[in-house]
Amino acid sequence: MTQEKLLGWKELPRGGSILKPGNSESRYTGDWRTFKPVILQDKCTRCLRCWIVCPEPAIYVIDEPYTTKSGRQFKFSVEVNYDYCKGCGMCVEECEPKAIDWIEEEK
Amino acid sequence: MESMLKATWKRLPLSTNFAIAQAVKDSDVDVVSAYPITPQTTVVERISEFIANGELKAEMIHVESEHSAMSAAIGASALGARAFTATASQGLELMHELLHIASGLRLPIVMSVAARALSAPISIWGDYTDVMNVRDTSWITLIASTAQEAYDSVIQAYRIAEDPRVFLPVIVAYDGYAMSHTYEPVYVSEKSDAFKDYIPKNPQWYTLNPEKPLTMGSMASPEWYYEFKYQQVVAMKNAFGVVKEADEEYGKRYERKYGIIEEEGVDGSDVTFVTYGGIYGTLKESIEELRKKGEQIGLARIRLFRPFPSEIVADLAEKTKALVVLDRAITFGVNISGPVAREIISSLYARGIERNVYSFIIGVGQRTVTEKDIAAIYGKVKEMLGSHERQKESIYWGVRE
Repeated sequence: MTQEKLLGWKELPRGGSILKPGNSESRYTGDWRTFKPVILQDKCTRCLRCWIVCPEPAIYVIDEPYTTKSGRQFKFSVEVNYDYCKGCGMCVEECEPKAIDWIEEEK
Repeated sequence: MESMLKATWKRLPLSTNFAIAQAVKDSDVDVVSAYPITPQTTVVERISEFIANGELKAEMIHVESEHSAMSAAIGASALGARAFTATASQGLELMHELLHIASGLRLPIVMSVAARALSAPISIWGDYTDVMNVRDTSWITLIASTAQEAYDSVIQAYRIAEDPRVFLPVIVAYDGYAMSHTYEPVYVSEKSDAFKDYIPKNPQWYTLNPEKPLTMGSMASPEWYYEFKYQQVVAMKNAFGVVKEADEEYGKRYERKYGIIEEEGVDGSDVTFVTYGGIYGTLKESIEELRKKGEQIGLARIRLFRPFPSEIVADLAEKTKALVVLDRAITFGVNISGPVAREIISSLYARGIERNVYSFIIGVGQRTVTEKDIAAIYGKVKEMLGSHERQKESIYWGVRE
């Protein structure tokens, strides 16, 4: 069900069936968060454990080279899509180099 | 017309259970899932014989409980199959949560219920407590009073359920034992494809198909759920007209029809008896005797319990002076405890019709009701009418002190 417009009973498909596949894209679960994960690009080793464990998935691999302050070069970056990140904290828990901060959402 | 009847029908001695099985065969059902329970069992036994000897091409799914029987019927219907199951009593109770799912998913399943009392104490005998208990599950509910009507109603039920204005499941109920296990002459179709045009196979409800993927059984959060329930309210309202149409059309094609309420001699009567199911036969006999003594008594039988025919009941009440409602079930903890009596009272209230409605509980757990009982109930009602007594609570007829 899309979140853009609350449809009336006449417009909705019978019995709660969803007629278009791929509809979870329109369900923005980002507003469930009370804490948010923030990836520290300089500490991140690009192991992609967070990418594996994220249930949403809201960890995106971005085609953007990055050089850390210590001079280490990576061909890509890792980012969180906050439209969909529910704030479950699994990435924070699993991050070996402790490269994800866990910050309380501002009110 | 008589010759056409002869050409099309064969007259068989059938119990209502066997009449139901015959109707399932003649409806060309695709999937039957069932679990045995008295007094329903011979319905699905006979169906499995039809399947085994090749008279019906269908899948018979033997399941481990009624909960699974309804689940399998839901799955089959969700794939576009014409699905059937049968149950009674505890079996219907075990299905209960699935009944809401079948109707909520808007699947046109048809189920027969040989109405039976509920445990405890254990009773395998008939009354309508099981049927009345599922009245809020959004299943259309027809109650037959003869084996012939049960046969015709199952065929009509597929026409009703599969109508795009409805897409709701249908129960065809009838008396456990008094009907399920007694034999009557029943006209059944000579050819199994006689109803092909009346109930064509053309599933238009949402079905699971990999070519055209969709999600069924999704979750609805508070801002969505209510609208889906309202869709069911509307479908139930539509069902009322569709039940009528299906019956009319059946009458045109096959020369038998039943209406929503069967009534007789109501106009200008002093008292009208209202009931449902097989007990109507006993009632008819008794009233005929009373009429011979000059009593002005009307008779009515509710054939459609859900959606409840409130308007027709109100019309009926306007033609008579008082109503006596005979219920074979108890709604515990309320003063008027006959389930149908309560529906009738609220129908009259909505139309502002002032009539005395007398609620009697009879035939619970197959307690015998004879013509003498009916005559005595009539005597009691006359007494109350004479003293302008309004009934404060249902009368539990024949219960021992």
